[in-house]
Amino acid sequence: MAFAIQFVIDVLSLGGAYALMALGLVIIYGILRLVNFAYGELIMVAGYTMYLSSGSGLPWLVMAALAVAMAVLFGILTDYAAFRPVRAKSVTAVLITSFAFSNLLQNAALLFISPRPRNVPLPDIFSQTVSIGGAITPVRNLITIAASIVLLAAVAFLMRRTTLGIAMRAAATNFTMARMLGVPANLIISSAFALSGFLAGVVGILWIGRIGTVVPGVGLEPLLVAFIATVIGGMRSLPGAVVGGFLLALIDTTLNYTLSQDLLKFRDAFTFSLVILILLWRPQGLIKGPASGQRT
Amino acid sequence: MLEITGLSVNYGTIRAVRGISLTVARGELVSLLGANGAGKSSTIKCIAGALKAAGGSIVLEGQDITAANPEQVIRAGLATVPETRDVFPDLTVAENLMLGAYIHRRDQAGNRQNLERLHTLFPRLAERSNQPAGTLSGGEQQMLVIARALMARPRVLLLDEPSLGLAPAIVERIFEMIETLKKSGLTILLVEQNVNQALAVADRAYVMRLGAIVASGTAEEIRSGSDLSAHYLGG
Repeated sequence: MAFAIQFVIDVLSLGGAYALMALGLVIIYGILRLVNFAYGELIMVAGYTMYLSSGSGLPWLVMAALAVAMAVLFGILTDYAAFRPVRAKSVTAVLITSFAFSNLLQNAALLFISPRPRNVPLPDIFSQTVSIGGAITPVRNLITIAASIVLLAAVAFLMRRTTLGIAMRAAATNFTMARMLGVPANLIISSAFALSGFLAGVVGILWIGRIGTVVPGVGLEPLLVAFIATVIGGMRSLPGAVVGGFLLALIDTTLNYTLSQDLLKFRDAFTFSLVILILLWRPQGLIKGPASGQRT
Repeated sequence: MLEITGLSVNYGTIRAVRGISLTVARGELVSLLGANGAGKSSTIKCIAGALKAAGGSIVLEGQDITAANPEQVIRAGLATVPETRDVFPDLTVAENLMLGAYIHRRDQAGNRQNLERLHTLFPRLAERSNQPAGTLSGGEQQMLVIARALMARPRVLLLDEPSLGLAPAIVERIFEMIETLKKSGLTILLVEQNVNQALAVADRAYVMRLGAIVASGTAEEIRSGSDLSAHYLGG
């Protein structure tokens, strides 16, 4: 029983983080049909904001809010720096500009902060454990689960019930038609980047809360995870991103529990083999996105 | 109301529209006729702001909208129903209509009133309010895009091939509805391949061929013009 509880909590907390990461990526992809390769750096920005504000004596929650705000700001900045100038002209150009922006941010962190890991302030609660039904569990896993439930519900509400969210979904199926109804393209895209930055900021705190430190390359793994989760779930579907995130976490956690010590270092190889199998079975991803798929 | 002078549209090196001029007066229903590839839809898309003009000018009620983007064109009072019948398939009928009123989203009461009026005009849409638009039949989707365009309360409506791919009985109802809209005082530019029906409702018509206007006049004149079939059959 304790084992089962442990397993479920592990899957849900890892899956919650993966789902939020994937959602942040797919919100941009759904509207622009472009992958934002600078997405991982938003997580890095959140981490370094925490590090830089650690000496300020602010309450931890204020620092966390500041970190999320910076991630939102850099999300919008990504749009202005890498996407908006070249968006209408060429897909290849945006691919390269978003890579360039990602590199720029990473190198700025290397140059102005340090290539070495920096400690991020974390409240004591992140390192405490509790016992649930005999299973010893870090409290931060429960925080991750709670945060992902709240955020997934909030994103679902935004996308289903508000005019902005419905306009964003409309723009994701047919951008030109949405514009012909008067929905301003720039507003929709900036909102998508802001929402993406918000999710990256929260995930950044939860993710770095697991590791405890931030390095310039910290965003690479979350970007990869988000990308794989969206590919499994279906690149253009928001529920797909969430399903993909949880499924990837299920695979990872199962392998963690079942692989022997010798094989554990090859875990990613097993994970990716399974991903290949899933894609052979469902090349479109598990959940099909909106019907039309014209790039805008 | 709508004045187009010397308008050209290019796709790369292909010149789809070659310096056409046309006018639509207030309350008038003007048809733009022509075979496939004559440049009708390119003209419509260019007026709507979805394509950039290579030359010429588009003036709506004295306001130059030649270089306007789509979101500015609709705010200027011109709504477009594209031929591709672009409903948002995952959104419900009600959500589609709500987005039609995006530019009036602060005026909730006005939108409700407008919605009620449209529901009497299109009772099917009221019945299917909470259904995803992608599950509607072709005719219902056509009604939905027209109703959605009307939610923006335009003064000029561009209709691109509203009868395309629909059963004859439904086409007839669409044309009845176009007549109702015309009687309500709306200015309409109607693109059609269905010549007889288009001329039956139109005040005036233009005929396009290979990107240029080759004939224009009242509906009567165009109908009696013997060379109409020649333009269609490429003679």
